[in-house]
Amino acid sequence: MMILAENAGLVPQIIDICRKLFEGFGATLSIFFLTLLFALPLGLLIAFGRMSKFKPLSLLTKLYISVVRGTPLMLQLLVVMFGPYYLFKVPISPDYRFYAVIIGFSLNYAAYFAEIYRSGIQAVPKGQYEACEILGYSRSQRFFKIVFPQMVKNILPSVTNEIITLVKDTSLAFAIAYTEMFTVAKQVAASQATILPLFVAGLFYYVFNFLVAFIMELVEKKMNYYR
Amino acid sequence: MKLLEVKNVKKSFDDLEVLKDISLEVSEGQVVSILGPSGSGKSTLLRCMSMLETVDGGTLTYCGKTAVKDAKYATKSELKEIKSYFSLVFQSFNLFPHYSVMKNICDAPIHVMKRDKEEVAKSAEVLLKKMGLDSKADYYPYQLSGGQQQRVAIARALNMKPKMLFFDEPTSALDPELTAEILKVLKELAEEKMTMVIVTHEIAFARSISDHVVFMDGGVIVEQGAPADVIDNPSNDRTRAFLKKLEQ
Repeated sequence: MMILAENAGLVPQIIDICRKLFEGFGATLSIFFLTLLFALPLGLLIAFGRMSKFKPLSLLTKLYISVVRGTPLMLQLLVVMFGPYYLFKVPISPDYRFYAVIIGFSLNYAAYFAEIYRSGIQAVPKGQYEACEILGYSRSQRFFKIVFPQMVKNILPSVTNEIITLVKDTSLAFAIAYTEMFTVAKQVAASQATILPLFVAGLFYYVFNFLVAFIMELVEKKMNYYR
Repeated sequence: MKLLEVKNVKKSFDDLEVLKDISLEVSEGQVVSILGPSGSGKSTLLRCMSMLETVDGGTLTYCGKTAVKDAKYATKSELKEIKSYFSLVFQSFNLFPHYSVMKNICDAPIHVMKRDKEEVAKSAEVLLKKMGLDSKADYYPYQLSGGQQQRVAIARALNMKPKMLFFDEPTSALDPELTAEILKVLKELAEEKMTMVIVTHEIAFARSISDHVVFMDGGVIVEQGAPADVIDNPSNDRTRAFLKKLEQ
């Protein structure tokens, strides 16, 4: 394999590759945004379950987090994709592939977010809860007015980390043959017998993550109005 | 009129009996100080009175309404009403760091007591002025000194319009200069006949401000009475030993 395909200039080749990668980039973006959309709130629910005083619930969520964190995301995607058929003989429609990707990613990331939320909530000092008690706040007022905003500030650096990992993890969708950007890059690389598309794909991920880090830094700065 | 009656209160943490049969009374306009060595149970007593801890035995009555009788607590709605009679100022202030000074003082009166926004803001301004903090309304807690933060916390408590105010070692996290700031505020409140219960280590201050002094040790009230009796003329050996240690 060569870096360049024969008989073509570098620039037209790169432009051609970019055009092809953009077709897959839409899929990458939708995995990214839909996963965040579902995993961020779901993670909060799981965190509540994990911190619940109701033992069976907290044990169950603990087990869930343990399994999700302890097995590869790729394997989890395969289970979500083919599990329904092999376990329950539910026929799989072609559309299901996309749903399987979103379900698999959301369930996986929710577990990680849950642990991040938990750390952020537990970092809120006990005195804050006691002040709420004395001032007569209800449980939901206490959470939404006092605990949640402080939790968000506490967890921003870890969330940034997790989101950056998600950008790169989107490429794992290839495991169940869902075509996103990296799958396209590999196809182009194979057909043109060059590794240039893989470099370009790497650049795409880097720029995407550069933007993510930049935006998260702005958010962090915005939260710096208090300490 | 009696604002608070504590009768035969008991409290244990696991096997450790922290409060053994505590009884005391607080009348309207009275300033009661609770003194005693660390681990004597005085903070736990105040936390039980503030309902941050539940008692294992005994009776608590606020303004004639029974909150706990023989360790049985009243209904949720009754307790909600009773809890509005008092407020507590913490040793570590516990201001909300993400709220400005003004919001710290106004949020609960508006969203818990459902009082009129403008009326609450007006009374907050009066309180801030009284605390010498009228220029700090838009500051955040981290921008203030410990003494200023504690004065905001006192303003926050007062803006809830409580009938009585509890203080849990309000100056223990402050250096001597800032301590003087807070003691001055407490003195002013006492002159306005605010009913207060203060857990403190400031003996001289307790003598000058209190109508009634309670000395605790080992989970019991060893001695209580007028400051002239308890502090200047203690009848109990343990009280004497404690005061002597402080003099050194």
